[in-house]
Amino acid sequence: MAKRPEPEKRKADASNPKEDAIEVMATVIEPLPNAMFRVELENKHQVLAHISGKMRKNFIRILAGDKVAVELSPYDLTRGRIVYRYK
Amino acid sequence: MIVCKSPSELEKMHRAGLVVWEVLNELRGMVKPGVTTMELDEVAEKRCAEHHMRPAFKNYRGYPASLCTSINSEVVHGIPSKSRRVKEGDILSLDFGVEHEGYFADAAVTVPVGEVSPELKKLLQVTREALDNAIEKMRVGNRLSDISAAVQEWAERKNGYSVVRDLCGHGIGTHMHEEPNVLNYGEPGRGPRLQEGMVFAIEPMVNQGVPDVKVLDDEWTAVTADGKDSAHFEHTVAVTSNGPWVLTRPRELQGPSW
Repeated sequence: MAKRPEPEKRKADASNPKEDAIEVMATVIEPLPNAMFRVELENKHQVLAHISGKMRKNFIRILAGDKVAVELSPYDLTRGRIVYRYK
Repeated sequence: MIVCKSPSELEKMHRAGLVVWEVLNELRGMVKPGVTTMELDEVAEKRCAEHHMRPAFKNYRGYPASLCTSINSEVVHGIPSKSRRVKEGDILSLDFGVEHEGYFADAAVTVPVGEVSPELKKLLQVTREALDNAIEKMRVGNRLSDISAAVQEWAERKNGYSVVRDLCGHGIGTHMHEEPNVLNYGEPGRGPRLQEGMVFAIEPMVNQGVPDVKVLDDEWTAVTADGKDSAHFEHTVAVTSNGPWVLTRPRELQGPSW
């Protein structure tokens, strides 16, 4: 009896939480302990953002005043993840 | 995880396999114009009882019968019926499996009803040969997709048919469907290496037309999307140090798989 194979799971499909994030531009206001930063979004909201694992791994340093890209979770808009530092 | 079976486990599967082989051969002899698919199912079930073995398909995920009977454009999983009679010129796929002391064996053969057209004869022959070629790949050190590629190479590239993508062969042992999926298409040289004691049910399903299939409202019968005919052959095959061992036929038998 032939088997009906289940479709293979893709690594980064819509169900991956990191794919749902909203990406916005922001400016770093102050560095906080534990690699956290207070950043100000373009819409003047202030959120707490941590550094993405990829940036942390590659030792991307972030200082106050840097322009960064921040991903916000649609569930908690007061926290974000810094995914890019602009030069 | 692919479970490798010990020699004594293979022996149990072979005992089940011999019953499958015997029953399919008996049914093959019964296939004549006018026979209903239910009559074939009844015989299969009776033989199981005589051998004190359990028909493996019955109630498997709610399947209502012991045998799968798929006529012409039905690819696999046709449910036997009192009102379905085969007629001269049809091709009928018989798919059957039993469980013996917790171990499964599964095989299928497509038989012509009376005299069939040369096109259908060719389809049956090519599908059987695809299975032969795939069995030949069941050797220690080959990779899983070598089996798949052997089927596709023969059926599609050499003979211009198409192999079904939505259904596949499977590992078999203490369950009817085990890991891995044994696809009937793909590049050679991919996937895990074959080791002694692996057992797969290899089952090429070859269509005259497009490879696509759809499942009917009975939730079982798979038919070709374009209504053209389809053939299906299957054996349960073990990898041994002496090469492939077809568990669903007598050991001394050589030559073509069906």
